[in-house]
Amino acid sequence: MKIAIASGKGGTGKTTLSSNLASYLAEHREVVLTDMDVEEPNSGLFIQADLKHEEDKFKMVPQWVEDKCTLCGICQKVCNFHAVIQLGTMIMVLPELCHGCYACSELCPESALPMIPKKMGKLIEFRSDNLHFIESRLDIGEEQAVPLIRQTRNYIDKTFPDEVIKIYDAPPGTSCPVIEVTKDADFVILITEPTPFGFHDLKLAVETMRKLDKSFGVVINRDGIGNNDVMDYSEAEKIPLLAKIPNDRIIAEFYSKGQLIYKEVPAFRHELDGIIAYIKTLKDLKQ
Amino acid sequence: MKEIVVISGKGGTGKTSLTASFAYLGGEDVIVADCDVDAADMHLLLEPDFEEKEDFYSGELAYIKQDQCIRCGKCAKVCRYDAILTIHNVFTVDSLSCEGCGYCARICPTNAIINRKPIAGTWYISNIKTGSIMVHAKLGIGADNSGKLVAKVKAEAKEIAEDEFKDYVIVDGSPGIGCPVVSSLSGASFVVIVTEPSVSGLHDLKRVYELIQKFKIKAGCLINKSDINPKLTEEIETFLRIENIEHIANLPYDEDFTKAMTNGQTIVEYSNGHLKEMIDKSWNKIKQLVTNN
Repeated sequence: MKIAIASGKGGTGKTTLSSNLASYLAEHREVVLTDMDVEEPNSGLFIQADLKHEEDKFKMVPQWVEDKCTLCGICQKVCNFHAVIQLGTMIMVLPELCHGCYACSELCPESALPMIPKKMGKLIEFRSDNLHFIESRLDIGEEQAVPLIRQTRNYIDKTFPDEVIKIYDAPPGTSCPVIEVTKDADFVILITEPTPFGFHDLKLAVETMRKLDKSFGVVINRDGIGNNDVMDYSEAEKIPLLAKIPNDRIIAEFYSKGQLIYKEVPAFRHELDGIIAYIKTLKDLKQ
Repeated sequence: MKEIVVISGKGGTGKTSLTASFAYLGGEDVIVADCDVDAADMHLLLEPDFEEKEDFYSGELAYIKQDQCIRCGKCAKVCRYDAILTIHNVFTVDSLSCEGCGYCARICPTNAIINRKPIAGTWYISNIKTGSIMVHAKLGIGADNSGKLVAKVKAEAKEIAEDEFKDYVIVDGSPGIGCPVVSSLSGASFVVIVTEPSVSGLHDLKRVYELIQKFKIKAGCLINKSDINPKLTEEIETFLRIENIEHIANLPYDEDFTKAMTNGQTIVEYSNGHLKEMIDKSWNKIKQLVTNN
């Protein structure tokens, strides 16, 4: 089972919830936690585990072979991303704009643009007893998160059996990286704050999940601040409200130090119990 | 005209609340660009009137004309994004997976595939309560090309600022280090990084600063919620000193951030105490740094 934790607005507690939920679940069963926020991965700051495996991740980009090229111009014409440009008698490839579609490479009549791997980031796997933790990290200057997320999802699918519970810590927002993370999730937890920003971005996230036809629920973080709009909306839209994490400065302080909250704050652990109970009912429904 | 970009790496550090406050303090001198296009929130504080609105078309999306499709499957074979779906031998395009490379259309033997230009979002030019103008946008759900929409919003804001002889464009950037952030940073005169003293805040600050260095833009930093973890605040201050990043100010953890937002106000309108004074000082310092730069 795959559970993605997403939010719309940044800084609402995705990483806090993912790292705590995964660690808490791992006290009794095998769990895979994956930090899919490849631009700014943070879950690892809260997890103590041993390094198990590390691999560089590559994307495929074309490389110009001058000797074979007849300067016919087809490559430039077929590239919709302006990643292949003809400059006089030279073909220039801009790897950061390349989406790896292979069109230029395969449509080149002279095979003058073979695809070669270019490093875009790194995948690191850790383990601590029942908890497997995987982090993917995009290299600075790489603009596209989606290819790395896609490869990370594939790595998890091939490394861990279906029955192991998998938690994805998603990036903020509602654009392509979030879609790539939540695409094959069985359930999505949208975590938000009961503030106007949190509410506005929650509505966008809900719209996105509905478009993807996902089953999802809402967790309110820092309950007690702001207003009742998120509560009222969830109720009106019949979205299950899985938990309300109280607003407490002590939680922010533990978080700031990189500590897991559920071990220190019983009220927080109680909310996790509620989420776990809900997830269990989902599993029963599926079986 | 100077372009000030506010970013944070990590989300939820108070970036938008502070940007809106600076826009309020700058009043008529500042054109605002909300470049956090996939979760734009600035309009909730600045009362835009959505005076002008335009759809933004970007990229391409493959579409299969069923009457011309001979079901040969070549499109599915060349697609690297698994965007061609086959259900009961009918080929269709999964619009959320299609990256618009156009390869399938080029090799389709019966020309059954066409490329459509999808609406990637909508952008607006609004009069706002500061007496100035804001350019903002809404990205379509799941749309690609957020970087291009960011570039569009910024270009419009800059044009307005130049036409109207304004001193500043202030840009609210998005979290992360990917394409929308890269678009936000390009061409900036000065970057303000808003961070917080948490392990994540420091980690993300370091990564986003590495990106800023690639652009060779001068940066300053505001440490928000600085009293949450004084030890980490010191660590951040040391990092700023070593990297020669201007330390603009330390702001306290203050629920007025949320209260102002809940009232639909910027912090400087809502709070009139010490916090307002500190934000006032920060804005003056930023202006000074931008001018000397």
